[in-house]
Amino acid sequence: MAKFKGTVVVNVERCKGCELCVAACPSGVLGMSHHANTKGYNYAQMINEDACIGCASCGYVCPDGCLTIYKQKYE
Amino acid sequence: MNNEIAKPENLVYTKTPVLNDVPMHYCPGCSHGVVHKLIAEVIDEMGIQETAIGIAPVGCAVFAYKYIEIDWQQAAHGRAPALATAIKRLMPNKTVFTYQGDGDLAAIGTAETIHACNRGENIAIIFINNGIYGMTGGQMAPTTLEGMKTSTCPYGRNPEINGYPLNITKLVAELEGTRYVTRQAVHTVAAVRKAKKAIRKAFEYSMEGKGTSFVEIVSTCNSGWKLSPVQSNKWMEENMFKAYPLGDFKDR
Repeated sequence: MAKFKGTVVVNVERCKGCELCVAACPSGVLGMSHHANTKGYNYAQMINEDACIGCASCGYVCPDGCLTIYKQKYE
Repeated sequence: MNNEIAKPENLVYTKTPVLNDVPMHYCPGCSHGVVHKLIAEVIDEMGIQETAIGIAPVGCAVFAYKYIEIDWQQAAHGRAPALATAIKRLMPNKTVFTYQGDGDLAAIGTAETIHACNRGENIAIIFINNGIYGMTGGQMAPTTLEGMKTSTCPYGRNPEINGYPLNITKLVAELEGTRYVTRQAVHTVAAVRKAKKAIRKAFEYSMEGKGTSFVEIVSTCNSGWKLSPVQSNKWMEENMFKAYPLGDFKDR
C-alpha cells in the first residue's frame, strides 16, 4: 500500500501561537515551541515529524497562513 | 528527511500571494484571519484579483484592505452595502463584495443591509457573526446570545431588558431580492472547505446578475469571550450553533 509522508514548514515570524493547528492535526504532529518569536509568541513546530501524512488540516485552519505543507508518496 | 519532502513538486498547501505578507493585527486564533485567507484563495482561484472590489467595514476588519491585494473602499459604519451598490451599478463588470461584522451589518447598518438585499443588488455580502462588538471591548451586540455575558451585560443578556438575539440571515432569506443565503463556520477543516465553496458561489452569483448573495460565517472572538482560541471553537459549537444553525437558507 502506498503511504504518504508529509512535512510542515512554519513561518515562525508570522505565527501567533493560537494552537488551532495543534488541535486540528489528526496525527498529533504539531506542538508549541518553548522559544518565542520576535513578537513574543510561542510558535508552532513539528514535535512528531514521522507521523505527518501531509493532509494540510493545519494549513486550512491556520488564521494567519503561516503553514506550508508538502507531501510525498512512498511505495 | 524534511528537506527531502519540502520541494516545490510536493507542495500541498501554502498561503496564496493574494493575501500579502503584512502581519494581520487580529488576535491569535481570530476567525477573521481564516475568512480573509478564504476570500484571498477564492479570488486567486477565480483569477479576479484585478477586477474584485471589496468594501471594508468599521470594526476589527476595518484594516482588511491592508491584507488582501485587491481594490478596496472603506465605508462609514454599517454603510458598506450602500457603497457596494454604487460601485456595482457604476462598474457592473467588477466583482463587488462587502465584508462586515455583526455590529456593522446587524446593528447600525440594518437598514442598508435589508434594503440592499431587498433591491437585489448584485453584490456578495460576507457577514462575520461573533455575537459581540470585538473591537470596542466586547460590548453586547444585537446577535449576542440569551444569557451570554459581555462587558455591557455582565450578568448575561436578559431578553426582558435587552431583547432577543437578531437572526438577520433568516430575515434576509425572506426577502425577494436575495438569491443565495447561507450560514457557515470556520472551526474545523470540513467547515473551512464548505465556507470556501460558499464564498466562491456567492462571488460567482454576484457576477450573474440575479440578486444578492449573503454568506454568514459564525465566528469566534476569543478575546471578547475571554477564552482560548481552541476553547472558543468548542464554545461556539456548543452555544452559537444552537441559536445559529449552519446550512443553506436559500439557493436559486
